[in-house]
Amino acid sequence: MLNQDLKLNSKIFSEDAEKETNRKGFGEGLVLAAENNKNIVGLTADLTRSTSMDLFVDKYPERFVQVGVAEQNLITVAAGMAEMGKIPFVSSYAIFSPGRNWEQIRNVICHNNLSVKIIASHGGLSVGKDGASHQALEDLSLMRCLPHMTVLSPCDVFEAKKATIEAAKIDGPVYLRLSRDKTPQITTEETLFEIGKAQMFFNPPMIAQAGIISTGPIIYKALQVAQKFAERGISVKVLNISSLRPLDFESIINLAKEAGAIITVEDHQIVGGLGSSVSEVLAQNYPTPIEFVGVHDQFGQSGDPEELYNYYHMNISHIEAAVEKVLGRKK
Amino acid sequence: MFQLDDEKIKRLEEKAKDIRISIVEMLIEASSGHPAGSLGMADIFAAFYFHILRHDPTKPDWQDRDRLILSNGHICPVLYASLAHSGYFPIEELKTLRKFGSRLQGHPDKNFLPIVEISSGPLGLGLSQVIGMTLADKINNNNSSKKYFYCFLSDGELQEGNIWEAAMLGGKEKLENLIAVIDRNNIQTVGKVENVMPLEPLEDKWRAFNWNVQTIDGHNFKEIIEAVESTQKSNKPSIIIAKTIPGKGISFMENDYRWHSRPVSKEEGEKALIELKKDNA
Repeated sequence: MLNQDLKLNSKIFSEDAEKETNRKGFGEGLVLAAENNKNIVGLTADLTRSTSMDLFVDKYPERFVQVGVAEQNLITVAAGMAEMGKIPFVSSYAIFSPGRNWEQIRNVICHNNLSVKIIASHGGLSVGKDGASHQALEDLSLMRCLPHMTVLSPCDVFEAKKATIEAAKIDGPVYLRLSRDKTPQITTEETLFEIGKAQMFFNPPMIAQAGIISTGPIIYKALQVAQKFAERGISVKVLNISSLRPLDFESIINLAKEAGAIITVEDHQIVGGLGSSVSEVLAQNYPTPIEFVGVHDQFGQSGDPEELYNYYHMNISHIEAAVEKVLGRKK
Repeated sequence: MFQLDDEKIKRLEEKAKDIRISIVEMLIEASSGHPAGSLGMADIFAAFYFHILRHDPTKPDWQDRDRLILSNGHICPVLYASLAHSGYFPIEELKTLRKFGSRLQGHPDKNFLPIVEISSGPLGLGLSQVIGMTLADKINNNNSSKKYFYCFLSDGELQEGNIWEAAMLGGKEKLENLIAVIDRNNIQTVGKVENVMPLEPLEDKWRAFNWNVQTIDGHNFKEIIEAVESTQKSNKPSIIIAKTIPGKGISFMENDYRWHSRPVSKEEGEKALIELKKDNA
């Protein structure tokens, strides 16, 4: 049922499916992009290794600036470099960049359409043990309301790598959300990646009875749920949104038309994130019952990511329940 | 570049007067804006645009030009007037300040007026941007044509934390071709800077961050120009604390913080113009 046209990882549902951090994908992608474009520079606010910027620093130390623990300066120094024709990639944790420096991103980067790429690791509850203060649950919301901004949320290491390479080609600001832990490799090196295009990862041959729309590594849970429904003879399709802005309206509307029932799944607040994005599209184009899986107006806490997903009702059983619920709401 | 004689100083004084007259005319027309800081910085702008800066109004995109960044964008009337009197655009256009569709937005906006080096207005952000520009130039290692990066800041905006993040980085990177001028006029929106949030000892603060520091009279052309010249001997980034009189040149505005952002009425403006033009004679 995995969409084989996309050349996804065929081992995805087996116990020994490979795992990797999408941060590493960013680090490798940046080195590749930098080989082709000497204007690419890197900046971090202290967090070199934990954002995988170290791969770039090892290769291009003369193109790297360490600003220390100073996220406001991180963005504004990058802005100055972009004014001089550089393409800065700035990395930190999502809670601090864009959490602390949103006004600088809005007024300096976006308003002037500067080509600064904001790389933010540690998005979502998947941060785990560091607790609420380090779990960014609002970053997609903060970034997708800004004119000129491209917002990317890759699901695995390979998407992160390709997203980084594509981000370098865009003449304008890009936000790239990454997460902390190793997560299943859902795609492969061969899977095509295009900004603004959603992909139907799980595609049973029958007409969908429900459609799950997800973003980031948590889509793995959605795929497991769809597989379980498929075993029961119920067709649930899964659409991967790696680009929240520009958003692939057409794929979302088509899935809604086919399934007549939608579930969104995200490691983020419902308000302002993927759930809001999908609601905006469908309310205007094809009103459809929607159930939302994500953080509902709460802060996180310490724990293993799986413990947190259980506590915040974002695990497999909760997604299953959301599918059942929206099926019941279909007319 | 820095040769100075009495005739040159006289010419700069005349330019500063012209700029001040334009500022008042613009502010009357706009019926809003920031008079005190704009007038207080007119001498420094005149010294830069008509003597210090390496620039060419006929080629605003010239790669090897010096860069002048205005961080406290609210004093843009003095920037716009300096650009117009330098020949970047017609002086007549100054009267469109703050009007719908004007290139002269209430705070400098590169989307409307691409010849400004950066958009600015939100306080505390310009120094970081100029550090980024200087770093980018350093990475390019384009030593064949050494250019200077100047940043004008207000004293009030030094209360922003972003400034001190920039101060640390500037000191660390030893950006010797970066020169920041602080408009030390001791006023901000609600009162005197030293009452609202004291900055003193200001020289010591910047020295502690590893900057080369001097304090000058911001209305003395010789001091302004010699201070900039002396920074060339430094292997650190430089701060010039320029003591200025807010509202300079207009008796009822000078040193009164209320003129930070008070609209100039037609009546007040005409009184001000008489004072400025009388001095000119």
